[in-house]
Amino acid sequence: MTMTETPTRAADTVRRTTAGVTFAKPPAETAGEAAIRIRDANLWYGRNQALYDITMDIPARQATAFIGPSGCGKSTLLRCLNRMNDLIDNVRVTGEFLVNGQNIYAPSTDVIEVRRRIGMVFQKSNPLPKSIYENVVYGLRIAGIRDKATLDEACERSLRGAALWDEVKDRLDESGLSLSGGQQQRLCIARAIAIEPEIVLMDEPCSALDPIATLKVEELIYELKSKYTIVIVTHNLQQAARVSDKTAFFWLGKLVEHSNTAELFTNPREKHTEDYITGRFG
Amino acid sequence: MSPLRDILRRGDPAIWFAGTGLGISILMISGMIGLILWNGLGFFWPSDLEEFTLKDGTIVMGEVVTREAIPAPGTPDHLKRFRLQVKAGNRDVSGADFRWINEDEIAARQIPRDAVYVERREYGPFIGRPVKLVDGDREIAAGVDVIAALPPLVDKAHDDRKAIRTIERDDIGAVNYRIEQLRLEQRALDLDAVRRPGVDQTGARAAIEQQLSALQTEYEALEQKRATAVEAASRARITLKTASGEEKDLPVLDVFRFFAPNQLGAWGRTQVYLGRVWEFLSGDPRESNTEGGIFPAIFGTVMMVMLMTVVAVPFGVLAALYLREYARQGVLVRIVRIAVNNLAGVPSIVFGVFGLGFFVYFVGGAIDQTFYPERLPTPTFGTGGILWAALTLGLLTVPVVIVASEEALAAVPRSMREASLATGATKFQTILRVVLPAAAPGILTGLILAMARGAGEVAPLMITGVVKLAPDLPLDGYFPFLHLERKFMHLGFHIYDVGFQSPNVEAAKPMVYATAVLLLAIVVLLNLTAIIVRNRLRKKYQTSAFS
Repeated sequence: MTMTETPTRAADTVRRTTAGVTFAKPPAETAGEAAIRIRDANLWYGRNQALYDITMDIPARQATAFIGPSGCGKSTLLRCLNRMNDLIDNVRVTGEFLVNGQNIYAPSTDVIEVRRRIGMVFQKSNPLPKSIYENVVYGLRIAGIRDKATLDEACERSLRGAALWDEVKDRLDESGLSLSGGQQQRLCIARAIAIEPEIVLMDEPCSALDPIATLKVEELIYELKSKYTIVIVTHNLQQAARVSDKTAFFWLGKLVEHSNTAELFTNPREKHTEDYITGRFG
Repeated sequence: MSPLRDILRRGDPAIWFAGTGLGISILMISGMIGLILWNGLGFFWPSDLEEFTLKDGTIVMGEVVTREAIPAPGTPDHLKRFRLQVKAGNRDVSGADFRWINEDEIAARQIPRDAVYVERREYGPFIGRPVKLVDGDREIAAGVDVIAALPPLVDKAHDDRKAIRTIERDDIGAVNYRIEQLRLEQRALDLDAVRRPGVDQTGARAAIEQQLSALQTEYEALEQKRATAVEAASRARITLKTASGEEKDLPVLDVFRFFAPNQLGAWGRTQVYLGRVWEFLSGDPRESNTEGGIFPAIFGTVMMVMLMTVVAVPFGVLAALYLREYARQGVLVRIVRIAVNNLAGVPSIVFGVFGLGFFVYFVGGAIDQTFYPERLPTPTFGTGGILWAALTLGLLTVPVVIVASEEALAAVPRSMREASLATGATKFQTILRVVLPAAAPGILTGLILAMARGAGEVAPLMITGVVKLAPDLPLDGYFPFLHLERKFMHLGFHIYDVGFQSPNVEAAKPMVYATAVLLLAIVVLLNLTAIIVRNRLRKKYQTSAFS
């Protein structure tokens, strides 16, 4: 459905909403390489259906944003991607989630392997009650890596990658809980990238952070894009516009629109999308 | 709004009520602890020895223990006159340790400087005056000079007693142990002869006989050595005189402590006090547990609590882990949980009876049949012992541990688990590396509660292995070093036994208080240690959002 009434006013509102934002430019299409292909995904919490026939491709080494009003299923879909919904009772998932051609919901799939290749950063930062060093190398330790040199190198690499190294390099033995909120979230990002996953999922990573910390994390995401595929769920439309290459808009469990960010924000195809990003609901 | 309404609305009466309740509770607890401390710790302080000359001519000398009003209901004198209870000692001479003296009967009262207090091996303390000190036939000191001359000899007696005890316990004890082993081997051969008749045992039996006779000779030699040592040590003798003139002759070997309290200043008395406290904590009991020390009871209590904790806590934590993390949360799990909660309320004597029937008779009997047939019909494990007592109490405290651990595990925030799982950890790894350490403070709380409950229970112990007087400790130098089948002494039972089963009630009373102080102190110490460890862990694992 195309925009019908007062296109100028709608466009104005969109421009106002996204004023001062430099849109991310998706890199030259890497031959349409998709990190994740979702085909006809449906999800039920008990008797309530939460996702309806989701079909989409998430491109590799780009950032894809999931936006939509509360309860639209974006977090649910995100958690499907690394099988974290398995932890909830009464969840039933159908459809295919293909990562590198393999369906991660196939019965023969090793969940641990899936979670190693697809990392996650949560809404409320959750550092483990261990030292900073132990937090970062946690993923490596549980994978069986014990060599100190390897762990040290991975720790430094990840903390640099998370833009946290300079701030904590002298106090790696201190508890991870002694950091500020923004630092904790970057620690969680460091922990996620330490095991060198292919895909990093982020569930509203900045919602509990102040603007400056948010900015730092956004810059981080911008840099991580070149190495990892990022999928980020966010309520913050400006953030989605700033950071992501592609945006998917969800509404009541359905995928409404999925296109390049700049396009979706300046020239949305669907009316629901336009209503949402102009603030008419949600 | 009337002032009364205002007060009611603010809830002041409820607050006053609660405050008063708390105040009364604190008063009662501190009163009880104060009473126990005063009586228990005051027991060891050496007070003056007073000499009372009564109007009818009798002379009584001793420590004043209490002063109370004489009840004479119906007469105008009721509770107006007073009497003193005097600890006069000399049970072998006068028949009774303690005497009551009405204050009206006292003609004269003085504090003689040459009065002495002698703690000895039997018949309780001797209170009187020294007459003379001899070594064999030679007189060393007489009269008051004995007081100065005796202390070095008492120290020597202490060393002599230790040497004699070493011969008895270690040397003779080792020989006895080997003789016992050989006799058991003989018995094993006997049983073997029944099971496999026709096998030639003469060689084995001859070897045993040979060893036995060698050991017998060794035993006799050691016995001789011991007798000589005792005889040599007993050459020094002291003669004492009671206040009323009867004389008593004692070998110095039997003297444990000797001092003239009326001559001692504060420092001297403190030394006696500390000496007595040390003897209480580290010595063995004498005189049917009314004198001496209670070290075996301390050892038995602590060892049993340790064993019980080792049994109950791992089981409890693992059970809680399974119930909370792995079991499917359905009806069955709910029933199990209810059953566990109810088990925590079962009276301890019921556990005791269960322990007796199952552990002692069934399991213990089976062990005896299988591993110790040659000792039968004397039971080894088929009777009460520290192992069965610890297991019974462990059963008693497992529900407490399970409940506390489950609470602790449930309190670990979901975000922590998800953080671990999202990094690719298995459920087991998450539990081991994240959940259990974070739940450790709560689990330790469970451990504290369990230890406190277990250390205080006495009823189940009485039927599963506690005795009034145990000849050995459950831990000694003989293989297998930890003797779990042995009976043991326990402070809680000791209080009951000394307080209510003792032939000499008056002498036992202060002992009961002293033992109660000790039991309180041990429980407080155990709890404090666990609390400190828990607080350290809490600080380490405190999450940023909530503790």
